[in-house]
Amino acid sequence: MVMLVVAFVSFSLFTFVGDPVHNMVGEETSDVEREEIRETLGLNDPIPVQFMRFVGNASKGNFGISYQLRRPVSELITERLPATLELVFVSALIALITGTLLGVYTGINRKSFLSDLILAISLLGVSLPTFVIGILFIYLFAVILGVLPSFGRGEVIELGFWTTGLLTISGLKAIILPSVTLSLFQMTYIIRLVRAEMMEILQMDYIKFARARGINERTIHYKHALKNGLIPVITIAGINIGTLVAFSIITETVFQWPGMGFLFIQAVKFVDIPIMSAYLVFIAFVFVMINFIVDILYYFIDPRIRVKSGAANG
Amino acid sequence: MDNKNMSIIERIKDSDIYFSFIKSPTAIISSIILLIIFFSSFFVELVAPFNPFDPSSLSLMDAFTPPSWSQDGVSKFILGTDGQGRDMLSTILYGSRISLIVGFSAILFSLILGVALGLTAGYFGGKYEMIVMRITDVQLTVPSILMALLVDGIARGLISKELHDEMAIYVLIFAIGISEWPQFARVSRAATLVEKNKDYVSASTIIGVSNILIMFKHILPNILRPILVIGTIGLALAIIAESTLSFLGVGVPPTTPSLGTLIRIGNDFLFSGEWWITFFPAIFLVVLAFSINLLGDWMRDTLNPKLN
Repeated sequence: MVMLVVAFVSFSLFTFVGDPVHNMVGEETSDVEREEIRETLGLNDPIPVQFMRFVGNASKGNFGISYQLRRPVSELITERLPATLELVFVSALIALITGTLLGVYTGINRKSFLSDLILAISLLGVSLPTFVIGILFIYLFAVILGVLPSFGRGEVIELGFWTTGLLTISGLKAIILPSVTLSLFQMTYIIRLVRAEMMEILQMDYIKFARARGINERTIHYKHALKNGLIPVITIAGINIGTLVAFSIITETVFQWPGMGFLFIQAVKFVDIPIMSAYLVFIAFVFVMINFIVDILYYFIDPRIRVKSGAANG
Repeated sequence: MDNKNMSIIERIKDSDIYFSFIKSPTAIISSIILLIIFFSSFFVELVAPFNPFDPSSLSLMDAFTPPSWSQDGVSKFILGTDGQGRDMLSTILYGSRISLIVGFSAILFSLILGVALGLTAGYFGGKYEMIVMRITDVQLTVPSILMALLVDGIARGLISKELHDEMAIYVLIFAIGISEWPQFARVSRAATLVEKNKDYVSASTIIGVSNILIMFKHILPNILRPILVIGTIGLALAIIAESTLSFLGVGVPPTTPSLGTLIRIGNDFLFSGEWWITFFPAIFLVVLAFSINLLGDWMRDTLNPKLN
């Protein structure tokens, strides 16, 4: 359903914004020739027919040809997709792991100096635009210290249709700065969320009871409290992966990371409608997939949901 | 005390908000910083030492002068100059005026749109409410930066190239505004739902006050507090969004640079060691956004609306 709506929006982008023929041919093309091109492209067909064809093509992964680069959009996207997904995956991991650890720490040791420091930094993190963080990192680690590369993916290994930078040393080095940059903003959210959850859960009766039973603090914190606090974290983290994909546009531009965001920005600048609409469909697809995965994860983390759906089935 | 006989200043002094304000050093410091920034940006002609857009005052000989305290610095250019010999301090102040204008207009636009939709949705209810809220839900899942980029891309397709540079600022305001309104719609709807069941609304309905008058004259003032809080935090977001778009090269054109454009231009010089060209606009932007966020945090604690 969502996919259909998005498909319609991106189709209307395609159809109503600008004249595709105008974008393809030069100034000196005659009107007759233009009309011929229109006819071969099927632009004179009724709108519903065009829409059906668009959906049909899109489901086969065919989004037409880029105006600017004159190559099939699907080819461009499969070329760029691995870079973006690797970047988003690594930064989601960083944000989730570091965010949860710091959140648990600040939730348990509320009065300590380190907690105050972490929270202050996280407020600053919200005010720092992603690209400013990126520039600061580049200046610090690439220009002054010269330890990490500031652009590109490093060496990549091809695994069939997938190119990965995670298996070479230069590729791993190259992903550090962009992924940390991208994860910082999400991390601050997760820290605050986990902290609030932990503080609330540690007040609960079953925690007091566990303490009374003499279970050590470590087990209580990580086994009893954190597990219950994780549900909202997973929801938010799931939603935020979509945000990460969107924010990777900025990070990719700063670090010249050859991913889809970089492609999209170029497309916006040159009004390359096929790429824009394909990107839109891609983002919608990511959102739908994430919602699906998050729902499945609930099932594994929260036994209550399992029991409920089991009862409904039985 | 009789409120009516007090002057406005006395009433402000008597209020809880004033009390909490003078008790909070963060609020005082951040508003002083903001006042300085606002003043020097809007009266930039009086404050800035140079006019960076007056070609006659520029000299390429002055290009890449480092800040005044470093070895090769000149005291004339406090924060150094950029690649065209423009004084950084003046350029930043002019740039921050554009950033602020875009930020304020965008947030005002989304505030009006969001409040109008949220208020009417909460007041009338029914199918209309459902549709409005469904749209906000859908839009909230789309990251605002992506939304703004899309709007900008579409506008580029619709407007011819020559016109686009002139229209860039309006397109930008519209793009950012349209991506931020759902927040306002949600909060004002929630607040309206609470208010509309109160006695004063029933009373006005009974004596035959029109719906529009009830909504905008009676309910609106009562739901302003949470909207103001969101507006303040939204202002920081809008300014960051503006500079992000300009940084990506789809915002305001380089002829009238905003803070984001300045950072982007300076970014090219980073590797050759001219760090100050990108560093000072960036710091300025961070201080600006951070102060607004701190003030917003304080407002949220003080006005204490139940925000989710």
